[in-house]
Amino acid sequence: MEEKKKMKKKEAPVYEYQEIEYTIKQTNPVAKVLTYTLLVIWALINLFPIYFMFTFSLKSNEEIFGANVIGIPREWRWSNYTSAMNTGNMGRYFVNSLIVTIAAIAISIFAALMATYALTRIKWRASKLMNSFLMLGLTIPIQASIVPIYVLLSRAHWLNKYSTLIIPYSAFTLSMSILICTGFMVDIPYDLDESARIDGCGLWRTFFAIILPLMKPALSTIGIYAYLQCWNEFMFANVFISDSAHRTLPVGIRALSGAYTTDWGPIGAALVIATFPTLLVYIFLSRRIQESFIAGAVKG
Amino acid sequence: MKKLEKGFTIFLFLLPALLLFIGILIAPIAVSVYRSLYDWDGFSKATFIGLENYKELFTSGSIKFTVSLKNALILAFFSVFVQLPFALFLALLLGRKVKAERSFLSIFFMPVLISTVVIGQLWLKIYNPDYGLLNRFLDLVHLGNLKHVWVGEVETALGSIIVPTIWQYVGYHMLLMYAGVKGVSLDLREAAMLDGATKWQVDRYVVIPIIKPIIRVSVIFAVTGSLKAYDLVRILTEGGPFKTTEVPSTLLEEMLFLRNRYGMGSTISVMLIILCFAFALAITAAFKDREA
Repeated sequence: MEEKKKMKKKEAPVYEYQEIEYTIKQTNPVAKVLTYTLLVIWALINLFPIYFMFTFSLKSNEEIFGANVIGIPREWRWSNYTSAMNTGNMGRYFVNSLIVTIAAIAISIFAALMATYALTRIKWRASKLMNSFLMLGLTIPIQASIVPIYVLLSRAHWLNKYSTLIIPYSAFTLSMSILICTGFMVDIPYDLDESARIDGCGLWRTFFAIILPLMKPALSTIGIYAYLQCWNEFMFANVFISDSAHRTLPVGIRALSGAYTTDWGPIGAALVIATFPTLLVYIFLSRRIQESFIAGAVKG
Repeated sequence: MKKLEKGFTIFLFLLPALLLFIGILIAPIAVSVYRSLYDWDGFSKATFIGLENYKELFTSGSIKFTVSLKNALILAFFSVFVQLPFALFLALLLGRKVKAERSFLSIFFMPVLISTVVIGQLWLKIYNPDYGLLNRFLDLVHLGNLKHVWVGEVETALGSIIVPTIWQYVGYHMLLMYAGVKGVSLDLREAAMLDGATKWQVDRYVVIPIIKPIIRVSVIFAVTGSLKAYDLVRILTEGGPFKTTEVPSTLLEEMLFLRNRYGMGSTISVMLIILCFAFALAITAAFKDREA
């Protein structure tokens, strides 16, 4: 058993590198050591904030301010989490973020799927022009619309609601959603539409019965991208939401850190609560998440 | 009749997207352009003042727009000339089949997923003058005279914003470039190596020219992203000390909430749109020039 493992370990890299001569293996050992040292140091720099956040979320002020600044907590104070959840209201903010994010993604995906269908699978004259028009959203900064929307919403007494954030968020993610959708939809063979038409399907039936089911892989790509935009959005949430009942996580964390300036533990707990769900998903879906970012940028 | 019906169907398919897009983005921009020509506090009657707001924006000493623009451009400069080269360097290294390539890639990309507010809070803990990691580290290595109130001193505040901003998005640009590097065919690299090129030469003369379109996208994102910067400034310095680290977006917020100057707020919005598009076009043109 032991031996088998060893053999496998030895064989695997050989096989992996066989196909390609162009590998780091052939460089001189000094360059190799340097390369890996650099990669490892940068990896540690990127992992450290997560470690730091997690450990100080479990410490008391005495530990953080005293001798044990960056070590493992001596006494694991889970009570920091209870204070972040109860006094700091993090549970509420978490649910708010969830509601806003899911609703915004749903609207954005729905609108993007329909629009992309009209843009890529129905032939009409101005479709290219319309596409470029919708792609303006990739460059327009969201700050562009903040003043008029703020004035309108405050006049209509529409601040401090979930929809105050949901509608703008779905609009801001729309262009990217359409862009990603287009990439997927043009890959579906056009013969399918043809044969559907011959079978007597109209445009709507073709859309719902043929195209939509084939767009499932696109949904996760768009969803992931939109999720990160909405979950972490700070400016609109900060400007439009002032009551604590509708705060999303980023605004909530800022409020919490204002209230707990002297007690770092609960702040750390709040940071962990806001961050670890995303990281957990990332561990399992890292490839997919990376692909969704590539899909969003490379074609733009 | 058939044609009309088809047109109507197309319209219906586009309707949700157009409603959102025009309602939330295009129409408000039009309103912003219009409002930017007025002196308006949001409540009483607005007075038309032409381009006075724009003039005031660039000449007034109290609004600090030129300072905010300078800060955004400094950030853009460091993004383009420090962050992107480093990201490219990492992408090229990872593109060479190093061991644990995927793990390195995934770790380097991780900060992108974390909310900037969280990143900002963490860095506040690093910068804290009494208990922060940075000052305590300096004490530890007997460099106590280098200690600063990092986000509170004029000399160090802007730098304290630039460092985390750049650090956070290295992974993003690296990922885009890595995707490009991986797309370069191995045959091409090997052919170049057979001709006696070193690896760095292959990267320089084969890989980089091929991934140029991606580098262009990265440069555009880096510059427009810097112009739009808001989160870390709001969290780390609030634009201070003495308004030396304001960026256009924080000024915009100030116009709305502290000064009730909606006309001027709109003017800043419009300037941001103009700058973003102007830079995007200029960068695209610059890359075209070089290719020709």
